[in-house]
Amino acid sequence: MAFIKMENVSFSYDNDTLHDIPVIKNINLEIEKGSFVAILGHNGSGKSTLAKLLNFILTPNSGKIYINGRDITSPDITENDVFEIRRDIGMVFQNPDNQLVATIIEEDIAFGPENMGVESSEIRRRVDDALAVVGMSKYARHSPHQLSGGQKQRIAIAGIIAMLPECIIFDESTSMLDPSGRHEVMNTIEMLNRERNITVLHITHIMNEAVRADRVIVINDGEIFLDGTPSEVFSNVAELQSVGLDVPQVTELMFEISKDGIDVPINILDEKSCADILEKLLR
Amino acid sequence: MLKDITLGQFFPGDSILHKLDPRTKIILTLLYITSIFLATSVSGYIYIMLYTGLLVFISRIPIKIIVKGLRPLIVIIAFTAIINILWTKGEVLMVDFYFINIYLEGIMYALLMIIRITSLLAGTSVILTYTTSPIALTDGLERLLAPLKSIHLPVHEFAMMMTIALRFIPTLIEETDKIMNAQKARGADFSTGSLTKRAKALIPILIPLFISAFRRADELSTAMECRCYRGGDNRTRMTVLRMRPADFITIALLAMSCIITILLNINFPIYKI
Repeated sequence: MAFIKMENVSFSYDNDTLHDIPVIKNINLEIEKGSFVAILGHNGSGKSTLAKLLNFILTPNSGKIYINGRDITSPDITENDVFEIRRDIGMVFQNPDNQLVATIIEEDIAFGPENMGVESSEIRRRVDDALAVVGMSKYARHSPHQLSGGQKQRIAIAGIIAMLPECIIFDESTSMLDPSGRHEVMNTIEMLNRERNITVLHITHIMNEAVRADRVIVINDGEIFLDGTPSEVFSNVAELQSVGLDVPQVTELMFEISKDGIDVPINILDEKSCADILEKLLR
Repeated sequence: MLKDITLGQFFPGDSILHKLDPRTKIILTLLYITSIFLATSVSGYIYIMLYTGLLVFISRIPIKIIVKGLRPLIVIIAFTAIINILWTKGEVLMVDFYFINIYLEGIMYALLMIIRITSLLAGTSVILTYTTSPIALTDGLERLLAPLKSIHLPVHEFAMMMTIALRFIPTLIEETDKIMNAQKARGADFSTGSLTKRAKALIPILIPLFISAFRRADELSTAMECRCYRGGDNRTRMTVLRMRPADFITIALLAMSCIITILLNINFPIYKI
């Protein structure tokens, strides 16, 4: 059974029929537990909306969404069910500043478990553990404005980890960070997926980040445009460019070379194998 | 320039006053203020001065900082003193110069007012603001006022608002700085011209600041919802405040102080007002 299952889900922000522009159109999607999925799409493609549907920040106009086999779109879902869903599916947003609530780092990480009514000694344990996971233990008593963007985003992640979720959605969590901050956060995300077996949905428009996932889903105008492993998806260079998306630089290079009739594989994603192929060509 | 603003007036330290439970300190502040207003004779005031001095001493806050804290109030203190000297009528006339009549009682009353205001300020800041971090203060307030929840006062919501405000002050200051620099880069002038002109120049700063604050509020509330926030009900806390023997002892001591000031008023009514 898939961890997340969406059946014919549609959604639009304006409910009146005149301005009814669907943001999500009839999406069918299954995500397995423990997978690392990158969701790509240009601005306004509906990728963030898709994420917000999964933890009940938004509710679909039609269609069914199942989390762990539970129908979260059924009419008799209670308030408690909503909180259980939000505990299971954590979400990290774009702006690190606007997610931190407390003036002290460890107080902020405790916010989620405190809301869930976890016992104090257990909260303490979880906070220490979450800080260690993101490698920020020595900043426990600092305040948020003393940290860099990447550090703040790692604190936001720690705040979600402390809730012990099964899945974390990263809604463009790296887009406001500088390259080194982005690197820190990506390593943390990857580690959570590999070591803690947390299902990761990483919404991004940075191709080099999507390459690190097990599966890439490309959303265009509220529909699934491409879906597959990174090498499958990125070999469709022309299609991706037609919907306004880039491909990783190395893939683009391979694509341009193959256009000239030279036989090279297009599904190359990392610099190392690209360099090897170029070396062979030039010998 | 805006970076220099310090948040609250908290001076970290590990004196006895620093270590007390914030709830205790709020109660102590109330007791302290009560005892100051109970003192109505010279003996009472001398006693208050002595024990304010003792509080300052045990807080280990440098006198310089306390004096600095009093500085903004010099005008008010001087004004009160002058009014008291000139307008208090008494029996012992000291100066009789045309329409200016200064009585001994007036001078004494002015002195007592000065002592009252300065010790009020020094004492409360030493007990509360200088030795308690803002977050501990809101925590203490929330827990102290918790019984009021039963009459449907939004105690938790109030404390949450305080926490968020404290959290976002540095963020918004940084943002103001950024907006100001952006406007300056486009030729805006904030430092010259008449008062109205300078006030008008602030409008292009305030509007983007407000818009961004609303956007932040919206994003923050979504993020809080995602972290299972649903108000104060069923909420637990990581750090549980515990009253220790020292807390009860200090409360008892200050309560005794109130009684002492009353007794001094009755038994040594020198210049009782």
